[in-house]
Formats: sequence, structure tokens, C-alpha cells
Amino acid sequence: MSLKLGVPSKGRLMEKTFNWFEKRGVSLSRTGSDREYAGRVDGVEGVELVLLSAGEIPRELAAGRIHLGVTGTDLVHEKLPRWEQQVEQVEAMGFGQADLILAVPQCWIDVDTLDDLDAVAAAFRIRHGHRLRIATKYHRLVREFLTDGGVADYQLVDSQGATEGTVKNETAEMVADITSTGETLRANHLKILSDGPVLKSQATLWRSRVAAMSSEDKETLKQLLALLRGDS
Amino acid sequence: MPNRSDIQTRAARLRMGFEAAGGRVVDPPLLQPAGTLLGLYGEDIRARAYVTIDALRGEQMLRPDFTVPVVQMHMRDGAEPARYTYSGEVFRRQEIDADRANEYVQVGYEVFDRDNPAAADAEVFALFALQVRDLKLRAATGDIGILMAAVQGLNTSARRKAALMRHIWRPKRFRALLDRYAHRVSVPAPREALLSTDGVLTGSSVEIGKRSRAEIDERIEALREDAALPPIAEKELLALEALMAVRETVPYALEQMRDIAVDLPSISQALNSFEARAAALAARGVDVESLDFEVSYGRTSMEYYDGFVFGFYAETRPDLPPIASGGRYDALTRQLGQGAEIPAVGGVLRPDLMLMLEETQS
Repeated sequence: MSLKLGVPSKGRLMEKTFNWFEKRGVSLSRTGSDREYAGRVDGVEGVELVLLSAGEIPRELAAGRIHLGVTGTDLVHEKLPRWEQQVEQVEAMGFGQADLILAVPQCWIDVDTLDDLDAVAAAFRIRHGHRLRIATKYHRLVREFLTDGGVADYQLVDSQGATEGTVKNETAEMVADITSTGETLRANHLKILSDGPVLKSQATLWRSRVAAMSSEDKETLKQLLALLRGDS
Repeated sequence: MPNRSDIQTRAARLRMGFEAAGGRVVDPPLLQPAGTLLGLYGEDIRARAYVTIDALRGEQMLRPDFTVPVVQMHMRDGAEPARYTYSGEVFRRQEIDADRANEYVQVGYEVFDRDNPAAADAEVFALFALQVRDLKLRAATGDIGILMAAVQGLNTSARRKAALMRHIWRPKRFRALLDRYAHRVSVPAPREALLSTDGVLTGSSVEIGKRSRAEIDERIEALREDAALPPIAEKELLALEALMAVRETVPYALEQMRDIAVDLPSISQALNSFEARAAALAARGVDVESLDFEVSYGRTSMEYYDGFVFGFYAETRPDLPPIASGGRYDALTRQLGQGAEIPAVGGVLRPDLMLMLEETQS
């Protein structure tokens, strides 16, 4: 048995994760060809690196197939109901900051708050015969946020990419998406509602509450966490 | 925990009770077109119902309740008056509490009758009280129609009243709207800026999306009109708040509401209906003197009810949902009736919970 650490397999998130561990004396690296998802861990014994898509890491943690995992708060909250019972936050890693926000066309000068949005949704439904469409991939988080805010007469339409473009293409009236600088939103003539964000997210190291551990694994975890928290 | 066959046996017995009262047995399909339910409840229903899909019929939902399909069936080809009964499983998706059942049996009774709504309310309540008489349950009752009448009678614009009516079932937003219309909260700065600017769209931002410039202008015009309106009068507001707080036994509740009606005369008609129902309940042997009544009862959980509402609760088990619940849903028949409508009232029972309570009580 070994302690399994799940890390995003691609892009800047992977690089920044590797750097974050490196700074704390744990060296993560990919092995083999660039296309092969294999890796190694130096600096602590008994840890196995598992390279995964960031979106799959919450599920793997909840299933107990990995013991530790790096992924955004947004994905954990969206994909795991009652996430507190399934995973524990070990460390917020200080990068990958992004907010899940609601954005409407800039030309909607009459809309700034959830209150406005609700009123507009009611009028829109009467005029157009269908509910106001919000393009997003964060269905659960957005629905809970809008329910709590008392917004009705909206409809979530699934968008797994290029979400900001849906308004121009008229497949949605507005979007709920992750943004860090808001640049893409502005480029697509969208503005952020002042009630929000729905969620503030950053890259975070999580521990599975359900993964089985041998006594060796427990010892490894203790050592690793001491290193990562700089207690040693 | 009671087993499935015990639950089915009990369900059959309860349904026979409703058949004896005149209910015709109906058996709507398990799969319901998702569009109808989404149209009624909005996106929230997705958190509560299981959705499945096929290429021909699109999204289908495992029935989260019987009322909607029974109303649809009646509106399509029912003769009047009609009484229906049913028993079967309903499915509720659970995202928060894994201990809550996601599948359970409901036994129900629904009355579609134009003649005498007070008598129909009493008939349904008394039947449910009879079915649960051996359990020590507390009955709660309410009447959403009284609050609706109060809102309709407010001395303010039709637009404000429509907004309040739309959020009767969302107390938090209802409250926020009231505070705004009563000028109890200050106008947010962006709204103030918007209203103080003359003219409409500045033309500086690109127009995108299906919501047109005309719609935006129209709303700004409406906001300007609203900003020029006087606040809802303090006297009316206090009366409305007093009304929402009424929680008493039926005779005292009536007395309090008659006092409130001096400032909110629009509720008088609804109070007459309340009195007629109390008399009809008494005639059916219900102890009205000690029956609890609460004006705000059912505002958070019973969204299609728009008149009399009731629930039977096990006081020793506050963790359990109501053992029986129901109410009047005239507006639902209008929404599903494509032009037709009929006064309707009904309710459902949970045989599984009844058996569970009997086990612990014995």
C-alpha cells in the first residue's frame, strides 16, 4: 500500500501544484513520455503520484481511491453534496483563485442585483414564453444560490465550454461561470452582478475522509503533512 | 422499520377508506414529462426530482407527487364533480440529508367540486383526520387565500401587488419586497444613478442577447414610475404584518383577523370563507374550538396551494415530515387546464410513517 496523491495532469494548475510542493521539499514529476500520465514523488517515502483531470479529483477523493488531492474549491462544492463529510481541507494553496459569478449583458443597465434579476426573469418569461436561460456548468451551486436569493423563472442550460459566447449566440440570456480577472467577460460584453460571488475558489489540497489507510500510510501522511505545513 | 409489504398492505387499506368516501381509483404513470413540472416549479424541482431522458420524449421525471398528473388527467377528460384516490410510490431526489427517503408510498384523495368549497375542504380534512385517528398527531391548518386577499387589497400599484403575489411562497423575498415598497430600506446607489439619468440606453454598450432594447427601456420606465409612487402606508403594513403573525386556535384566530380586517377590508370575503369552513368542519365532527390555525402556515413548503392547507404531525418526532398533508389548489387547475379551471382540494398520507409511529407507540 502507498498513500495516493491526486494532482491535475495538465497545464498551469499542474505546474503551480508542482512548484507549491517543491517549495515544501516534496518533488513531484511526470515520468515517461509527455502523453503518459505517470509520475513520481521524491522527498518523502511511500507516496504515489496519480495524475488526473482536475474535474475527476473530487469524485476520486469521495470514492476513497486517492487519499489526497489537489483541485479547486468550486469543483469540490459542485460535485460533492455534503462535501464536508467526504473530504477535509488540508491547505488552501494560494493560487488558481477564481470566483464563480453571475454575469449579464452590459447593455442590461437596469440589472445590478438579484432583485433586478428576479424582476427581469419574470418579465422575460411573460414576453418570450420561456424562462430566462443561464448557461453554466455549475448547476448545483448556482441553483442553491438563486433559491436562497429567492430568484424564480430562470432555467439552467448546460455549457461545458465557451460559456461567455452563449449570450451572443442567443442560446442563453446570461452566464454563471468562473472568472479570475473578468477579462473574458468584458470582451464578451458581459458584466458581473453585485450580489455575489456565488463562490470564491482557489486550488486546495484535500484529504479524503473515506480512503482506507494502513498504519504505514498513516505514518506517511503525518510526515507529508508536517513537511507541507512546514512544521518539521 | 416497517417492511415493504406491510406498507403496501396499509396503503391498500387506506385507499379503500378513500374509495368508500367516493374516490375513484386512478393510477398515473411513473414517468412524467419534465416540461410540465419545470414550468410549474422552475429549476428548483431538479433538486427534488429524478430526471431521466430518452431521444424521443426528451426529459422525463420520476413522479415527485400525484397531484399534478391527477389534475392533468381530470382537466383533460374528467366529469364533474369528481373524487379520486390513488396509492403508489413517489420519488424524491435527496442532496442534503441521506437519511430522508428518496422513494416512498403516498395514498391520496382529491376532490374537484364547484359547489361548495368550504364543504369540500371540510370533507377532505375530516377524512384525513379519520385515517390517522389512532395516532396521536397534532393538526396544523392555514389558509394562503387570506394572505393573498390581503396583498390584492393593498393600496398600491398593480405591479407591486403582482410582484408580492409571485413571491407569496418565498417569505424572504416577499419580506424584501415589502420593505422596499414601504421605503424601509434605502435605494441602492446603482439604482438611484440609473433613475436619476434622463433618457434611456446610453448606446455605449453593445446590444447582445435576446432581451431587447425595448424591454430594457420598458423596465427602466417601470422603475421610474415605481420610484415616484408613495410608500405602502404604515397602517396597512402593520396590519399585514399582524395578519402574517396570527397563530391561534380557530375561534381566537377569527377574532384577531376580524380586528385586522378593519385596516385590511379586502380580507373580509376570505374571512367569510374561513368561517364557512369552520362551520363545515364542526358539522363533520372536527373539534374546531381547539384546532390550530396559522396564517403563514404552508408558505414555505406547499407552493401550489392557494387556499386552505393542513398537515398532521407527530409531536414526539419533530424530525419527521408531516404524516398527512394537503390543501386547496384552485390556481393549479387553471395553470394546467388550458383555459379551464375548477376548484380543487386534496391531500396525501404516508403509510410508512404511520406504521413506524405505531411500532414506537405500542
